[in-house]
Amino acid sequence: MKADPKRVLTGAHYLDGDHACSEGALAAGCTFIAGYPITPSTEVVERISERIPTVGGIFIQMEDELASMAAVVGASWTGAKPLTVTSGPGFSLMMENIGLACMLETPCVIINVQRGGPSTGLPTLTGQADMMQVRWGSHGDYEIIALSPNSPQECFWYTIKAFNLAERYRVPAFVMTDECVGHMTEKVIIPEADEIELYTRRYTKLPPEEYLPFKPGPDLVPEMVRAGDGYKIHATGLTHDEKGYPVMNWEVQEKLVRRLVDKIRKNADDIIEFEEEATDDAEVVVLSYGISSRVAIPAIQKARKEGIKVGVLRLVVVWPFPEKKVLELSKKIKAFVVPEINYGQIVLEVERAARGNCNAVLVPHGGGWVHNPEDIYKAIKEAVR
Amino acid sequence: MNETLTKELKLPEEKHPMENILRMDRIPHIWCSTCGIGIAVTSFAIALEKAKIPLDQVCVVSGIGCSGRVAGYVKLDSFHSTHGRAIPFATGLKLGNPKLKTIVFSGDGDLFGIGGNHFIHSARRNMDMLVLCINNFIYAMTGGQCAATTPLTANTSTSPYGNYEYPFNLPHLADSCGAVYVARWTALHVRRLANSITEALNKRGFSFIEIICPCSTIYARRNRLGSGLDIMKFYHDNSVIKHGANTKDLDIGYQSKIIVGKFVDRERPTFLDCLNDWNRKKFGDKFREYGGPDD
Repeated sequence: MKADPKRVLTGAHYLDGDHACSEGALAAGCTFIAGYPITPSTEVVERISERIPTVGGIFIQMEDELASMAAVVGASWTGAKPLTVTSGPGFSLMMENIGLACMLETPCVIINVQRGGPSTGLPTLTGQADMMQVRWGSHGDYEIIALSPNSPQECFWYTIKAFNLAERYRVPAFVMTDECVGHMTEKVIIPEADEIELYTRRYTKLPPEEYLPFKPGPDLVPEMVRAGDGYKIHATGLTHDEKGYPVMNWEVQEKLVRRLVDKIRKNADDIIEFEEEATDDAEVVVLSYGISSRVAIPAIQKARKEGIKVGVLRLVVVWPFPEKKVLELSKKIKAFVVPEINYGQIVLEVERAARGNCNAVLVPHGGGWVHNPEDIYKAIKEAVR
Repeated sequence: MNETLTKELKLPEEKHPMENILRMDRIPHIWCSTCGIGIAVTSFAIALEKAKIPLDQVCVVSGIGCSGRVAGYVKLDSFHSTHGRAIPFATGLKLGNPKLKTIVFSGDGDLFGIGGNHFIHSARRNMDMLVLCINNFIYAMTGGQCAATTPLTANTSTSPYGNYEYPFNLPHLADSCGAVYVARWTALHVRRLANSITEALNKRGFSFIEIICPCSTIYARRNRLGSGLDIMKFYHDNSVIKHGANTKDLDIGYQSKIIVGKFVDRERPTFLDCLNDWNRKKFGDKFREYGGPDD
């Protein structure tokens, strides 16, 4: 399905990352947005609240992030493509109903414009320290999808991609930007609507008496129905069977949770996206994501000028993690250099996937500002020694 | 037994009278015998029939707790959400598809303890939904802890020497936050409760009905109030019907009189009325009204 031209602001614009996310969401056909003000993400919903009356859809400012996330899950069950937007402290509050969204297999998109933490931290300054929280923040076992744009142009595209993935796999999909990308203003080209491909949610064609709401297809994803369609379904956050009814035993738990995890793990190759450059003969690979992948560029250029063979693996989809790719590279390089604005999150995953074949060198940063490229350069130098 | 008598005896109908509303494949339910929740569900089922609302359009959302299990037993689109979040979940359903009739069926701990903030804001916005609150004065499913509704001096598992916290007066809270319909009944008032739910189902806006229910397994046992039947007798002797009573005067004390009735019935534009009217005024023909997923 192509995007609706009425929702697509075709043309060349000068937008910040937050506003580009808004336009991406509208282009993706998002019709329900619930949000609560929080710096540095608020501009996303501000722009949406301005645009939505003439574009079509509903924006509601909820009483808190718990409510925003709960409303998003409810709205999704009416067929709406729902969105909420937040930053660190609000993200923590959303964890409860992100778990519900995973358990109810509810398509939804959450944009987290990351800021410095923990707690209130640095409301107006950047961070990348929610990368593990997005993966593990709600209790229990589950899998999600997380994307990491590094420019306003990518904010536009990857918000659309997040909606497509959420609808395709019936999971929460996250756009993990940060304050730098969110507040950075650059040229954003919004194409014609017919150049934007949207995934259409799969609804069952079975009659109500034959339909089982949580019976998966071959790709492990069940077909959905909407509230009001006459199927009279039951959806519960309790462990449930294919009918959606609660069953309290380990067999049903095993079947359900394994599938919730496997529907992402087994489809990981279709979901994962990264940019790879000059890794063929690389001695060291800079593995990065989001704003840090741009900050690393001068460091990589400087090292290359000195003859160091530096490859690049830039993660677009951070979760599920491209472990096959990392393992493959780990066998032929000396080290991964991982700059991230936190004290070691994705580097742990790199280390795990590399299985001791090579080093994983963290270039940490506490947040509040991006790395000095010089620090990344030094880490590259050190890594090839 | 006398053969003629056997012939004359009318055997019970094989069909359960509430079969069209209940998920019969989930019965028996988990509620204790003499629990009031089942009675409230019966009244709800009667009301649904009387209100003549197409059942396909009805959504029930529950939170967590004994009353949170209602969503699992009604044969309607039903969602058993997270603790305290039934109201915002229902808000998403209602705004996602304004044609739906959304009903939140949950307990006092869920709606007014952990979920209190959502209640007051939904009433303020006049979000079009009906909130049915089972008030059994206690967190029952977790074993009888003190709640925001536990009467002063009542014994609970976390107030073993008696409760010293002032409880909420729920109708007063709903009234002052802007609910358009506010009523209270006990589990004894099956017919009046069903009538009240029918009325509220036909109302536009945020409606609230408090249903005082016996929890004989925990609340009554801890407070030595007798059996479920004794509690029903207590309701019979101590409920006072006062329609239109000032909601300020509806506090419930420990084993005190319980004022029941319909207290508020007024009109206010709903959240969606306001949103649509305002935007039509501001944007004229350019405003794209959202009526649901088929738009």
